[in-house]
Amino acid sequence: MFSLIGIALGATALLPHGDNSMLGTSTGNSERISLAEPEGGANSPGASLELIGKGRELYQRRCGACHSPDANRVGPKHRGVYGQKAGSVEGFRYSKALREIDVVWNDETLDAWLENPPAFAPGTSMGFRLPDAGEREAIIAYLKSLSAASTAGDTE
Amino acid sequence: MVEQLDKSATRRAIISGAGKTLSLAGVAIALGGGVTSAYAAKKSDDVAQDVAILNAAIALEHEGIAAYQIGATSGLLQPAVLDLGVTFQGHHKGHRDILTNAVRELGGAPVEEKTLEEYAADFNAGALTDQEGVLRLALKLERGAANAYLGLIPSLGPDYHKVAAQMAGDEAFHAAILANALGEAVPKDALMFG
Repeated sequence: MFSLIGIALGATALLPHGDNSMLGTSTGNSERISLAEPEGGANSPGASLELIGKGRELYQRRCGACHSPDANRVGPKHRGVYGQKAGSVEGFRYSKALREIDVVWNDETLDAWLENPPAFAPGTSMGFRLPDAGEREAIIAYLKSLSAASTAGDTE
Repeated sequence: MVEQLDKSATRRAIISGAGKTLSLAGVAIALGGGVTSAYAAKKSDDVAQDVAILNAAIALEHEGIAAYQIGATSGLLQPAVLDLGVTFQGHHKGHRDILTNAVRELGGAPVEEKTLEEYAADFNAGALTDQEGVLRLALKLERGAANAYLGLIPSLGPDYHKVAAQMAGDEAFHAAILANALGEAVPKDALMFG
């Protein structure tokens, strides 16, 4: 414990003098640099802005390691995913499981997928499970808002 | 035979040990007949599932390695911060190597990294203008990676639970140091990841 704290403080000390205050302590600052920073759309029928906001935060925490709305990374980009056929994002190399599954992403299919991806599409490379139904609801609302805001005609 | 298989499984728990393919052969000999075929087929699916998920983890590590490389060559980092970043990058290379070996031992092909230019585009690295930005990018990736490893453990075969948890621990360690360096407050609530 003490060694971790010591290292952490040491890392702080590595920064330019006085930089701690410059860097700030609020999480709001964390929005400044992004991996194609998620931005939800304003129009998502049936979902409150509060739920979408919660979903946006959860998306970054739970999904952000592999996904971004506008960049194919470890996983495909997500803007426009809601309402589109699974496995169809242009430029992303899917597993056979996702290439062959005949599913359109909606509330029900996304809920089942996020709860247990390998059970939904055996062989998928997505092992991350989201067991909390409330978190799934919020993230799905956020994904839906991304699609509502999308004007680019993405194919996923 | 059961005892022998158990010992084999224990050895496999160390990821550098024998792969699941060997285990399947042992199971097939033990059971015999049609049941063996069905069981082996199921286990084969399990192996393929593990390979797919481990490959996603490799892709995640490739991305982390690239992020630190971009940061290290950005000219934005002070020497001491650069040293820290290189150390963290070394941990990610260690993860990559362990995962790559695991996939090969399972008979799979490890996923290859993208080009540094592609990663830079994914990260919108052109927007990085100072050390703070580099550290925030690293923090975001490390937090996400810790959560990702914890979230995929239930989908992995038991042979890989421990090593995935170990990697989640490494990522959480990195995230803690980066968050502290950025002056973020210590979270008040328990269970910060997962």
